[in-house]
Amino acid sequence: MQGYNFAYLDEQTKRMIRRAILKAVAIPGHQIPFASREMPLPYGWGTGGIQVTAAILGADDVLKVIDQGADDTTNAVSIRGFFARTAGVRTTTKTAEASVIQTRHRIPEEKLREDQIIVYQVPMPEPLYKLEPSRAKAKRRHALAEYGEMHVKLYEDITRFGRVAVAYDHPVMVNERYLMSPSPIPAYDNPKMDNMPALQLFGAGREKRIYAVPPYTTVRSLDFEDHPFHPGRADQKCALCGGEESYLDEIVTDDKGGRMFACSDTDYCAARRA
Amino acid sequence: MAYVAVKGGQEAIAAAHEWLAAERRGDPAVPKVSTTQIEQQLGRAVDRVMAEGSLYDRELAARAIAQAQGDLIEAAFLLRAYRTTLPRLIGTEPVDTGAMQARRRISAIFKDMPGGQRLGPTTDYTHRLLNFDEEPTNPVALNPKAPEAMPRVTDMLGAEALLEPDTRTETPPGDLTMDPLDFPAGRDLRLQALARGDEGFLLSLGYSTQRGYGHTHPFVGELRVGEVAVSVIPPELGFAIEIGDITVTECQMVNQFGGSKTAPPQFSRGYGLCFGHADRRAIAMSLVDRSMRAAELGEDVKAPAQDPEFVLSHCDNIEATGFVEHLKLPHHVDFQSELETIRAMRKDANAGL
Repeated sequence: MQGYNFAYLDEQTKRMIRRAILKAVAIPGHQIPFASREMPLPYGWGTGGIQVTAAILGADDVLKVIDQGADDTTNAVSIRGFFARTAGVRTTTKTAEASVIQTRHRIPEEKLREDQIIVYQVPMPEPLYKLEPSRAKAKRRHALAEYGEMHVKLYEDITRFGRVAVAYDHPVMVNERYLMSPSPIPAYDNPKMDNMPALQLFGAGREKRIYAVPPYTTVRSLDFEDHPFHPGRADQKCALCGGEESYLDEIVTDDKGGRMFACSDTDYCAARRA
Repeated sequence: MAYVAVKGGQEAIAAAHEWLAAERRGDPAVPKVSTTQIEQQLGRAVDRVMAEGSLYDRELAARAIAQAQGDLIEAAFLLRAYRTTLPRLIGTEPVDTGAMQARRRISAIFKDMPGGQRLGPTTDYTHRLLNFDEEPTNPVALNPKAPEAMPRVTDMLGAEALLEPDTRTETPPGDLTMDPLDFPAGRDLRLQALARGDEGFLLSLGYSTQRGYGHTHPFVGELRVGEVAVSVIPPELGFAIEIGDITVTECQMVNQFGGSKTAPPQFSRGYGLCFGHADRRAIAMSLVDRSMRAAELGEDVKAPAQDPEFVLSHCDNIEATGFVEHLKLPHHVDFQSELETIRAMRKDANAGL
């Protein structure tokens, strides 16, 4: 696009972001502060993910953008359009074809490969923020690997409700050292992060943090021996492809209680029906 | 000693006002902005001034914006000061937002539902690239479909009893404009205060809840913008007649709630309703409304947004700007006494060394 650098950001900014990414890869799960820039999309729309994508994107990359698992959601369409316009890169909706996948709230159903990078949009990089709102104090907890409060929170859930009442953004231990927010993906997606062959990058623009999980790194969802982690999904079949394993969206079909369930990963669903 | 000479500043005030008028007008060679232009082309500013000015009148709000040089708090102040002089003739019936002619209606909790997702005229998915090109002179809205029936998304959850019921009350709601606000304040008064509270304050408080200071696990169940009919029941007629339409924005927030001794786990509600097209205000309002229900729902009250007295006492920007800015008024009598006190204290302290 005329008047703008390749992929919008100037090269100095990209270099700054790449440094943060390298540091993040070197210390899996540790949040690296970075000088997040104002982007032409609002904070909360994925400015962190967009900056990470802009910093790693090359002219030969093939980009896929999903929101809620789908390529056709408004925000995914908007971000894909942004990079098509500012970087002129090829875009795709097919998971297997993409070299970079930017996502909000889902991990694709199809297994990712070593030659792929998945970029997560992260609203709240600090996994402890509901327990300790002060970021200065939370940083100390991470330094000391002092995560008892989080275990107590999960334990309190079990005593009150008989189960852990965390449905999304279920905290994970990365490389048995840092507690990390997996971003607001459903707990169902958490196991996909463990030992994933692809590089996982996380960008939080408003909170100015980048973190990463390098390929083949242990990612363990926090749980207890007698209450093992339980990734949930609607106990239904996809109405379109008949899938019984995939994560499902619930769609309201009338105001008399009518419901339909369909794969949230639109590419996965389409491929199964092809 | 120039300052002493301006004692009795009658002339100074008159001169300041003339200067202000000249500055407001700007270069006389540049055409004056008309009230109609403001009303038509600065619609979001008009909406904000109507909400904070607590008076639905687009033309008056536009006039206030012009008079205030675009200072929107000052404009809301002008509107409030005017509305207070108007007689209260009759109260309207509650507006039915369920029957709204919605030009915009979105839900973040379902991909699709009856009535569908409808973006309407929104900036949500624009790329914020400053436009240096000439805008088209007469853009035309593409195919604006006729509004269809849009049942409330929250009713669909309510049918399964997953969402707490909206309680009805037979007692008439309080009126914060006619009676002094007292604490503890009920939800009727809280919502009234928020509806006209400062947008920036509501925004920041709502934001603080999202960052851990009184977290409420919010989801936008539904956000709708459109026209609702306003009706009154004149006593001599005894039945309702419509007197006009107003544009409002309504946000129904759906929040996680762990349940209590008397209620099973379910979703709870936060509510926002305000004049004009104002997504930000309605969403922030519903966050803060829900947050202020912490005590009622048996949650720990630790953060500012959870304390109704804190929120309601500080959300009104007309009150706030008055008291903050009053610091520039003369305070030399008090300050003189402070001077004397501090001199005396220093003398004592030095003597003690």
